[in-house]
Amino acid sequence: MASFYGFEPQNPLFLGTAQYPSPAILAEAVKRSGTEVVTVSLRRESSGGAGQAFWALIRELGVKVLPNTAGCHTVKEAVTTAQMAREVFGTDWIKLEVIGEDDTLQPDVIALVEAARILADDGFKVFPYTTEDLVVGGRLLDAGCEVLMPWGAPIGSGRGLNNPYGLRSLRQHFPDVPLVVDAGIGLPSHAAQAMEMGYDGILLNTAVAKAGDPAAMAEAFALAIRAGRQAFAAQPINARDMAAPSTPVMGKAFLA
Amino acid sequence: MTLLLNGAPQTVAAKTLAEALAELGFAGRIVATAVNGDFVPARKRAETHLSEGDRIEIVAPMQGG
Repeated sequence: MASFYGFEPQNPLFLGTAQYPSPAILAEAVKRSGTEVVTVSLRRESSGGAGQAFWALIRELGVKVLPNTAGCHTVKEAVTTAQMAREVFGTDWIKLEVIGEDDTLQPDVIALVEAARILADDGFKVFPYTTEDLVVGGRLLDAGCEVLMPWGAPIGSGRGLNNPYGLRSLRQHFPDVPLVVDAGIGLPSHAAQAMEMGYDGILLNTAVAKAGDPAAMAEAFALAIRAGRQAFAAQPINARDMAAPSTPVMGKAFLA
Repeated sequence: MTLLLNGAPQTVAAKTLAEALAELGFAGRIVATAVNGDFVPARKRAETHLSEGDRIEIVAPMQGG
């Protein structure tokens, strides 16, 4: 069981809270999936106080929250957002996003490393949304991160694991670092694939929230993650190019 | 004075951030604040004096991925 800054979830599905058809369906998705951590954000508060009702709902669910810095494009914005999130949500966890490119929402990894260092030095437990780049991963660990969250594919794209080779390399390069595939997951099979590689968790939102039945899909993801994790622990075989008969050849009756 | 509150002009009588929050109906709500891009912790709102044109951000918990 991987430890995320000392927290060891039974179910390593990190579920986003945005884009659900209703608060009730969000709550049902969280319950049915058994997720223990949900992601949240900070946005300008309206005079009507929409944020207060949302926060009451999340607290009722009794899950841990991982606030994000979604939409931040600079170190300064991300750091200020993290500071505000720590006060509002009462947690030093932060999902650090510093966006570098708007079409792909690819992280600006240079700014990400700088922001991660500032926040880690200030006592934050940083979950950086990064790419599968090994060198950047090393820099983030040097900056004080104890978890890495490489993207599977662009946020919301549902494309799955765009670069399985790169993700596998990252896993092998950092065997002891908790790794979470964050973003781009579309199907439970994508999540299972990442877990089969030895990833420690999956963070997703759109694939559940925008499904026809979000609660059922959330449960499907939980099952896939469990299956993938068990498969990794059970040590999968290596693929080969040619057939290898599974039924014994010896003793076959001669009937030609 | 006129502030830029969450991106929109807003005239207030308040002199401090704490007074502005109360005047604008945010008292007692779970919000975080920033003035001109810098985080202002709740404990420092009363001593944070505002100036004409200050950019005030008031944020609250919201759905996120």
